[in-house]
Amino acid sequence: MTYIPHSPKERDAMLAVIGVKSLEDLFKDIPAKHRYPSLDLPPALTEMEAAAELGELSTSNENIQTDLVSFLGAGAYNHYIPAAVDHILRRGEFYTAYTPYQPEISQGTLQGIFEYQSLICALTGMEVSNASHYDGATAVAEAANMAYAQFRGKRGRVVISPTVHPQYRATMRTYVQGMGLELAGDDPNANLDAGPEALESLIDDNTALVIVQYPDFFGRVYDLSKLIEIAHGKGALVCMTVNPTALGLLKTPGEMGADIVVGEGQPLGIPLSFGGPYLGFFTTRKQYIHKMAGRLAGETVDNRGQRAFVLTLTAREQHIKRERAISNICSNEGLMALAAALYLSLLGQTGLRQVAELCYHKAHYAAEKISKVKGFSLCFDVPFFHEFSVYCPRPVAEINDHLLEHGILGGYDLGQDYPALKDHMLVAVTEMNTRDEIDALVDILAEGNHD
Amino acid sequence: MNIPTNLKYTKTDEWFNPDTGAMGLSDYAQGQLSDIVFIEIIVSTGETVAPGKPIASVESVKAAAETYASVSGKVVAVNEDLSGNPEILNTDPYVKGWMVKVEGGQASGLMDAAAYTKYCEERAH
Repeated sequence: MTYIPHSPKERDAMLAVIGVKSLEDLFKDIPAKHRYPSLDLPPALTEMEAAAELGELSTSNENIQTDLVSFLGAGAYNHYIPAAVDHILRRGEFYTAYTPYQPEISQGTLQGIFEYQSLICALTGMEVSNASHYDGATAVAEAANMAYAQFRGKRGRVVISPTVHPQYRATMRTYVQGMGLELAGDDPNANLDAGPEALESLIDDNTALVIVQYPDFFGRVYDLSKLIEIAHGKGALVCMTVNPTALGLLKTPGEMGADIVVGEGQPLGIPLSFGGPYLGFFTTRKQYIHKMAGRLAGETVDNRGQRAFVLTLTAREQHIKRERAISNICSNEGLMALAAALYLSLLGQTGLRQVAELCYHKAHYAAEKISKVKGFSLCFDVPFFHEFSVYCPRPVAEINDHLLEHGILGGYDLGQDYPALKDHMLVAVTEMNTRDEIDALVDILAEGNHD
Repeated sequence: MNIPTNLKYTKTDEWFNPDTGAMGLSDYAQGQLSDIVFIEIIVSTGETVAPGKPIASVESVKAAAETYASVSGKVVAVNEDLSGNPEILNTDPYVKGWMVKVEGGQASGLMDAAAYTKYCEERAH
């Protein structure tokens, strides 16, 4: 599409209509000295010069495709992405992720969203999925919005486990301010050895939602069925934020009785990309569909009786409900959702299970070896998926500096979020880590003891 | 358009039945909304309602609307059938489509069928 700016004649006509002489008059409320500040920029570069400079700057980045071996996770994971994901994703037809309000010209995009929703439902064991949110953190926050709306604001408490991702909890704190919601359980000093039963006493008759992570931030896997039963006994809803890869192997949240299941979709075929764009997935049970934020693609038939796709139940959304809408964010991560749908389709149920099993076994191999290095020990004696907490004999930052010298990106320093976990490292292992890499990690950790 | 003479009407297209205390959405309103896909009664038995206070949230394939109480009173019954069968509002807005029943409701100040018919006709132009 050619971009055609307004002509001077059109601009003058518009200014005449609103009764202003010049464009500058529109900015006269801004003090003159702030209107066009001098920016002190260097002389403009040619395209060739700019490309050379940016190319050189980019060599300062170290990435895990070519430079580093990664044992860093904490919410974003390095997985293999089949080549076909990118190939299909980069087709021009899919590039515009803008809202497909016109089904007659958007069947491909709409079908993509519909397939994505269907796959996410199958993965989580839930009944309805929306077309996605920005990321895992915002999907969790939308769950609180939904629960608040479900009880029409009459329940004012959200219980969140301290083992939910610290950044998700920070996002929750941002969302609930001004909503009159009280956040209980958001305490980094809580006893982290306690299982989900520690939340039971926080759930009362005023609780709208209980939020737990599965596997939790430390990689631990608990059966949450009992907690969910207790929450339901108090009339509260339960949201599980989950790692989608783990669901290839573990009991689904749907089976455990969760009402809302959300999570970060990055592990499903989306590169780490220095933190984004990522994908928030959001599912619930059919009975809550009208309280669900975000848009929804549905299957229907056109006027010739042919299978077709449309955005459905749109009256829930803010462009119709305005200030009464449950959420004021209905954008979706169209391209990332498509990547996830492609990834899941290419792997299939068996492939995803294989990825999950590789992650599980490699992580357990690594944990076993690391726990035998002098000074290092596993922090929790609870089943885990592909991530585990390790007590270190030296500060984590120091160990990570040493690992980086050997081309290894070490684990996440848990002390920055949990005071009691000073000198604890969260180590993630995926199918991308070879046995040699794990052995090298273990050797370097042991070597550090003698430095 | 169906405008029964035994009912009273508001300017926001709700009806009130002085004999039974029932209230709901008029035939004119359901026609404007088109196919109704969702209804949620947002008041419970025992609550007090007053004109202008929302009693239900209604969504159709093209719009969303609030339904307001037509009179003051205490809610004595809520139509539980509507949430599972929102299309009742399209097919039978005055009998099966009642939303809540109140006691002590006074119809004074509401339009009668003739006045409401005129009011609807005016808006049609």
